[in-house]
Amino acid sequence: MISTDHFKALFDPRAIVVAGASTHPGKFGFVALHNILSCGYAGDVFATNRERAEVLGRPTFADLTEIPDGVADLMFVCTPAISNPDLLRQAAAKGIRAAFIASAGYAESGDEGKHRQAELVALADELDLLLIGPNGQGLVSTPSHLCAQIVAPYPPPGRIGIASQSGNFVSSFMNLSRQSGVGVSRAISVGNAAQVGVIDMLEYYAEDPETSVGLVYLEGVTDGREFADRLEAVCRRMPVVIVKGGASGSGAKAAASHTGSLATDDRVFDGMCRQVGAARAASVSEAFDIAAAFATLPIPTGPRLAIVTTVGGWGVLAADATATTSLDLVELPDDLRTTLDGLLPPRWSRNNPIDLAGGETKDTVPAVLDAVVGHPDIDATLVLGMGIQSNQGRLEREGPFYPEHGLERIVAFHDRQDSRYVEVAVAASVAARKPVLIASELAIADPTNAAVTAVREADRYCFPSAERAVKALSFLYERERWLASFATEVPVSN
Amino acid sequence: MTTTLSESDSKALLSKFGVPFLPEALVTSSDEALAFASRSNSPMALKLCGANIAHKSERGLVHLGVKGPDAVRNSCQELLQAARPEDNATGVLIAPMANGLREFIAGISVDPLFGSTVVFGLGGVLAEAIADVTVRLAPLRRHDAYDMLASLRSQSLLGEFRGESAVDLDALADLLCALSTASSEIEGLVSIDLNPVMIVDGFPVALDALVEIDQSGETS
Repeated sequence: MISTDHFKALFDPRAIVVAGASTHPGKFGFVALHNILSCGYAGDVFATNRERAEVLGRPTFADLTEIPDGVADLMFVCTPAISNPDLLRQAAAKGIRAAFIASAGYAESGDEGKHRQAELVALADELDLLLIGPNGQGLVSTPSHLCAQIVAPYPPPGRIGIASQSGNFVSSFMNLSRQSGVGVSRAISVGNAAQVGVIDMLEYYAEDPETSVGLVYLEGVTDGREFADRLEAVCRRMPVVIVKGGASGSGAKAAASHTGSLATDDRVFDGMCRQVGAARAASVSEAFDIAAAFATLPIPTGPRLAIVTTVGGWGVLAADATATTSLDLVELPDDLRTTLDGLLPPRWSRNNPIDLAGGETKDTVPAVLDAVVGHPDIDATLVLGMGIQSNQGRLEREGPFYPEHGLERIVAFHDRQDSRYVEVAVAASVAARKPVLIASELAIADPTNAAVTAVREADRYCFPSAERAVKALSFLYERERWLASFATEVPVSN
Repeated sequence: MTTTLSESDSKALLSKFGVPFLPEALVTSSDEALAFASRSNSPMALKLCGANIAHKSERGLVHLGVKGPDAVRNSCQELLQAARPEDNATGVLIAPMANGLREFIAGISVDPLFGSTVVFGLGGVLAEAIADVTVRLAPLRRHDAYDMLASLRSQSLLGEFRGESAVDLDALADLLCALSTASSEIEGLVSIDLNPVMIVDGFPVALDALVEIDQSGETS
């Protein structure tokens, strides 16, 4: 029986064995060892190589029997499929609890491989080994500074737990993590998912104190009903974001009934996700937005959104984006309007979106944000236009007149202002325990922008656009509604 | 081996779970049809009813807006005469015409991977082109039923619409929950089609029903 201890051996091993370490920098057996040794893993790392060749300047063992007993918890396997059964037996004899099989040549390669895979699983079960893969890219576990994979990157530490049926998407999610600074706790590609699959990973993440949101790429599930039930149990404990491939390949199935022809695979999967409380994202970038939102923001307790923008246009599009969600771009409460009248020049929008109309100063922005975010009739706030000043600062800093003509001073002032606005927005969010989202294309266009770096330093996510922020926020609110539905309802009686 | 119930048997079965239908009668003669029609001033809808009649409209076995004693009598006779032996016709279903601009489709479909699902969507002749459909796994919680309604893209159809009152969302959610209950209680259920579900005075009424059952006792 696979237990929590097996997953601990996988993600937080005391020591690791790399089976099949290679001297050739182009081989997986080299890259896996390289990555494990390069990202700060503190435990012992043993490597096997048939010729006992030195790899990366380290001695290797000819086989597993030579390594000490009862020390290693995890084995990372890069050897040819044919040698793996013996390897598993030796590993179990050494006290190893988990094996990640990167080797190919299993179910993905035809009938013979399928047979080999079934035998490997039966053997792992018999040996009480957790077996991941085969044909997987690897795993990452930032609490243990572990990068046991045959690809890059290694992401910053954080709260997102990634599980994927495709290794490439693990890399995609982690690239977005590196870019945005919103970190990852655990990440794994389950390869052929011979013994355990994505849902097993999610169940572990749900009880893992290092993980607060699951981020998943799925291509298909086998036992639909069991998957749905287990996913719902996970979603009760932790938000889960899913991207599913194959959405367009769901033609009408052979069905005699009219409703049957309308219930395409994709609609069934979509409805299942809503029902069990999982957030189904339309793309990898949307999925990461939502996961980053869950990882860094409190969940709104209601749909009432306020948009604060330094200039008009952004607010207009953000308002449009709200229209297709369950969020509510509320009329500003009278008392809040009065408060803002006292803080802003008369030309401000006097409605939601709250257009500051260039009336922002080092004093008004904090006061406006405090008033809006803290207002009892506002559940969430979106802030647009951060980083404009330091963007101008960058042009000046890189221009021919810098640092003369007072430019050095004003550029530093711009940077300070933008950092301060962001800090104030985050502080207001923390104080009110409400989500405050900051969105700017500078997140991608200029990650060195003072506002963008301030968001990152505050352990928040700078959304790349207002529309994407609104979309992600709507999923946070959907989760709140889903959780609340259990408090107010009983199941339909049967 | 699956078999379909006749329209009147389908309706009788689903009524027990609370699916709303029009008051109607299964008649076997023009006299009975006339007796039913004389109880109201509305024009009537008459359809041939039998277990094996699949494409009623295409075969001209649905007469709508039938008004006056002579027309009712003729319509009934015509339908009874049109019956073929293989139809297993049990009579003619007669009901007052329902008036409504909005048509939906609702039903149960068994998914090979996820089992019974509840399906709800926009109905009418453009339904398939517009494909505004939402699906959930049965059984539904009430929250799921309301969420299905909220998931429909054509939200304007649920509000006040061209002089018709807004749809009673509770009644529509009730209908979806009734289908859900039926799906878990009817043994060997393969599919249910309610097509159309018309909104009459703000309330949903299923104008047609088709229940398909697997008699071998296995649901795929």
